[in-house]
Amino acid sequence: MADAPLIASLLELIRRTSSELPADVQAKVASGAAVEEAGSNAAYAFQVVQDNITLACQKSSPLCQDTGSILVYVHTPVGYDQIAFHEAFIEAVKQATAKGFLRQNSVDSITGANSGNNVGPGTPDLHFHQWRKDHVEVVLMLKGGGCENVGATYTLPNPKLGGRDLAGVENAILDCVLQAQGQGCGPGILGVGIGGDRVSGMACAKTQFLRRLDDTNADPVLSDLEQRVVTKANQSGIGPMGFGGKTTLLGCKVGKLNRVPASFFVAISYMCWAFRRQGVDLRVDGSITRWIY
Amino acid sequence: MALIQLTTPLTDEVARSLHLGDTVEITGRLYTGRDAVHHRIHKGEKPPVDLRGGIIYHCGPVMVQESGRWVCRAAGPTTSSREEPYQWEVMRDHGIRGVIGKGGMGPKTLAGCKEYGCVYLHAIGGAAQVYAERITRVDGVDWMDLGSPEAIWHLWVERFPAIVTMDAHGRSLHKDLLETSTKAIQALQA
Repeated sequence: MADAPLIASLLELIRRTSSELPADVQAKVASGAAVEEAGSNAAYAFQVVQDNITLACQKSSPLCQDTGSILVYVHTPVGYDQIAFHEAFIEAVKQATAKGFLRQNSVDSITGANSGNNVGPGTPDLHFHQWRKDHVEVVLMLKGGGCENVGATYTLPNPKLGGRDLAGVENAILDCVLQAQGQGCGPGILGVGIGGDRVSGMACAKTQFLRRLDDTNADPVLSDLEQRVVTKANQSGIGPMGFGGKTTLLGCKVGKLNRVPASFFVAISYMCWAFRRQGVDLRVDGSITRWIY
Repeated sequence: MALIQLTTPLTDEVARSLHLGDTVEITGRLYTGRDAVHHRIHKGEKPPVDLRGGIIYHCGPVMVQESGRWVCRAAGPTTSSREEPYQWEVMRDHGIRGVIGKGGMGPKTLAGCKEYGCVYLHAIGGAAQVYAERITRVDGVDWMDLGSPEAIWHLWVERFPAIVTMDAHGRSLHKDLLETSTKAIQALQA
């Protein structure tokens, strides 16, 4: 474990991701808070959320005690040692857990034994890609279990929701919002993957969370769908935390993949308001040159 | 809306005096208990603490040891619906008067609240620092073999805020909102 500068940079990435809500998410939270009626349960929920954002940053402590699945998306230059990076990340995770930036969140699915340091089969979850740039990009998401549990994969056609068309897709997404109620710690953000298979579709859904909340989908059909879903979900009355109110979703991001003729999946991943994702550009020596979000 | 101050342990009378929509602040003892704790109690194991009149907090906190004592670094509520099969039994057999969590619970719990005199108190999910600020001491822990997030932590809280979303009179905000939002979404679907 010789790579001390890299470990230190990754530890700082984990600390900041756990305790500081990104600016694009904070802006959406502020817009949501502004439309709720004064004195309502929804306004109360937003007030607590905003107080919490301030406190977590000040105290350099986890926004949410469920520091979630540790999802890491890494781009590396050709020839970069990904094995050494993986080892450095594991070490940073162990240190972050000991310091209380991360909860002990890796549990054996049969015995129930907690590894105590967040390291175990499948945890943390790293995704490597090469690129032809000369720096390393690391994006980290900490996704809590409450919101992960309310995600769903629909298959179309569905007798209640419709056929293999845009209307069927939209109805499936709205059904997911309805089923989630307040259990995913809304107001939520949806990542949606249309098509692919059961793995690639959900992977596509999750990588939508890497997009900034204020971006515009380059595909005009998907861009319209994203806006329509948010508008309609916010007319559902579910509101923040399922307390009732005007803000059920803060955003919806949709991607699509080609599918085989026999399958039509709509994979939906629900992200809580405590949308913890941050990223850094690193020199190959491990030092941070830029914060991404 | 009046802010009601509650001090543990709660009596049957106090639990039944609360109504849907009341905002409360709790001072006293909370015991954390989530999935593994409820499952273990359901299987017949005796809880290691006296829960009579007590409040269970659905929470898996972040705890670290500093100079030999436990310090709570984060402690918001976890999703309560996973305890729906078990919660009413804990009311019946162990006399709890309050459950703090998020997302609400279902018909078994609502019926239990009415029959045994208990309320569901909603905290704001994700707001782990707001609630950690109200935890003034960590006095002990049991069932640590379940792992830190699943253990029974003995928390002492001062003015811990929550909203009554299920009361002992059969009323549930979650039931009401599921009905109205189902109608709303059905009307909005393409």
